[in-house]
Amino acid sequence: MAILILAEHDNSSLLPATLNSVTAAKLIDDEIHMLVAGSNCKSVAEQAASVAHVTEIFVADYFAYKDFLAENLAPLVAKIGSNYSHVFATATTSSKNILPRAAALMDVQAISDISGIVDNDTFERPIYAGSMIATITSSDIVKVVTIRGTAFEAASVTGGKAKITPCTALFDQAASKFIGEEVVKSDRPELAGAKVVVSGGRALGSEEQFSLIYDFADQLGAAVGASRAAVDAGYAPNDMQVGQTGKIVAPDLYIAVGISGAIQHLAGMKDSKVIVAINKDQEAPIFSVADYGLVGDLFTALPEFEAAM
Amino acid sequence: MRVLVPVKRVVDYNVKVRPKADGSGPEVDNLKMSINPFCEIAVEEAIRLKEKGIVEEIVAVTVGPQQAQEQLRTALALGADRAILVLTEIFVEPLGVAKCLKELCLSEKPDLILLGKQAIDGDNNQTGQMLGALTGFPQGTFASELTVEGNSAIVKREVDGGLQTVSLELPAIVTSDLRLNEPRYASLPNIMKAKRKPLVTVTSEELGVDVSPRTELLNVKLPPKRKAGMLVRDVKDLVDKLKNEAKVI
Ligand SMILES: Cc1cc2nc3c(=O)[nH]c(=O)nc-3n(C[C@H](O)[C@H](O)[C@H](O)COP(=O)(O)OP(=O)(O)OC[C@H]3O[C@@H](n4cnc5c(N)ncnc54)[C@H](O)[C@@H]3O)c2cc1C
Ligand SMILES: Nc1ncnc2c1ncn2[C@@H]1O[C@H](COP(=O)(O)O)[C@@H](O)[C@H]1O
Repeated sequence: MAILILAEHDNSSLLPATLNSVTAAKLIDDEIHMLVAGSNCKSVAEQAASVAHVTEIFVADYFAYKDFLAENLAPLVAKIGSNYSHVFATATTSSKNILPRAAALMDVQAISDISGIVDNDTFERPIYAGSMIATITSSDIVKVVTIRGTAFEAASVTGGKAKITPCTALFDQAASKFIGEEVVKSDRPELAGAKVVVSGGRALGSEEQFSLIYDFADQLGAAVGASRAAVDAGYAPNDMQVGQTGKIVAPDLYIAVGISGAIQHLAGMKDSKVIVAINKDQEAPIFSVADYGLVGDLFTALPEFEAAM
Repeated sequence: MRVLVPVKRVVDYNVKVRPKADGSGPEVDNLKMSINPFCEIAVEEAIRLKEKGIVEEIVAVTVGPQQAQEQLRTALALGADRAILVLTEIFVEPLGVAKCLKELCLSEKPDLILLGKQAIDGDNNQTGQMLGALTGFPQGTFASELTVEGNSAIVKREVDGGLQTVSLELPAIVTSDLRLNEPRYASLPNIMKAKRKPLVTVTSEELGVDVSPRTELLNVKLPPKRKAGMLVRDVKDLVDKLKNEAKVI
């Protein structure tokens, strides 16, 4: 049998997150297919076809798939996916929205956010905000799985020569409607895939002062993250939240500025290669995961850091 | 209008959970249990809709053991009108929970089902979406804002790129994100009153649902420990270490 990957894209480009699922799929099977569902998404199919290891692309090009509504995509994934041994997608908000719905249509217990593959039926995944790693095995005929992006390398975007096949299964359920989107556009690297991430916490104190984090990040060419406390207080937008219930990141360098290091925050960043913490409280739990800790006031440390570079 | 609010009994979010000595599962005996924080937010949202006069009745439901009555009583103390315990002896996975909830949707005919986006024990983030599949209802997951207007629910959703707004025809499923609201505390008089509110028990067999698990937990272990780090003297020292030792800047 083969593995089906649900591609994530914006109707013009394949999103890099999808590439991590390809690497995970390759650990199980050489026959890797990808489903590109969207509207006017031909260019995505072409990009997908050249991804290393991918052998076949199904394109479902249909106006009702334009906004990736779960009500329309889940029946498509369920219909096509039932011919496969595994259905994979990287655990983005979009696939977390779609895949469980598809799994239930297939009468399958989905497996969320795996960090390891033991064998075809057996997976590792973090539970309790990453305080433990569970090994679970599934008896369902099709395994419907979301992949933790940080746990698997991205596959190369070149090297593949997959065949592209149009797909005719079309679903349009009118019970939900896309109204609009407020997308935060920025020139900074994308948080999930960035090599360097600078995150700010409650200590920044205000939205204005949070700009210190942006300036610092720009000097390092880094993406910007935030703790939930900073997001809750309105210092930073929600899509920057790192943690158990926000984004999971594992950059080469993670700098936590004025963040205490609650377990829910650590859940989102403790697999980073090098962790730096800047906090004025020497007892802050963030220091227990930091490779380099600086005890001090961020408002003096950040300018000094920038000057020293 | 009626709202169904499924709540889950979980280890309190302040408690650190560790593996059992034999690694067969998480050690949860004798730990403080609470309503899952996201479910608490769902309950709060239901109460606010009731306070606005949009909702008449709030039904809290949980799938779990006898002790999960405690969490239903908490939901009642917060403002739910009545509660249903779907009693099960075994640990039920999201698919099984969704199947039980589907049966309750058929009998209770709610206009809105408000769930948490994820339970903080298994971190599955599945049940609402699965209930959507089984009922055919539309879903607004990861909600940070909910408005009910006439026959539709307008949901602002927290997505990777920012915020997305969808409009759902009722009956609909909404799962709460953290910023949907800030839950209130139950007052002492309301805790007393909650003891007299109706709480009924049904079993999953009585609902005609097969909740037998599809996955098996083989073991749990601690994640790899990070090696101990160091405190640097000052910013100059830090920059030097990052440049010359870690070589990351
Ligand atoms: C269900 C649930 C899910 C959650 N999910 C997440 C999540 O995904 N991500 C997340 O981050 N949190 C999450 N949380 C919240 C988490 O528990 C913490 O409340 C939050 O991470 C705290 O943020 P903080 O470290 O910025 O704030 P605080 O804990 O208030 O820490 C601020 C820190 O700044 C330091 N400080 C103050 N002033 C200065 C200064 N001038 N210079 C240097 N240091 C200074 C202080 O010493 C302190 O350590 C969740 C909570 C729950 C209940
Ligand atoms: N056993 C349960 N009983 C009632 N509701 C549940 C149960 N398990 C999960 N839920 C609901 O589904 C949401 C998401 O849980 P999960 O899919 O397990 O992450 C929770 O916040 C609850 O609202």
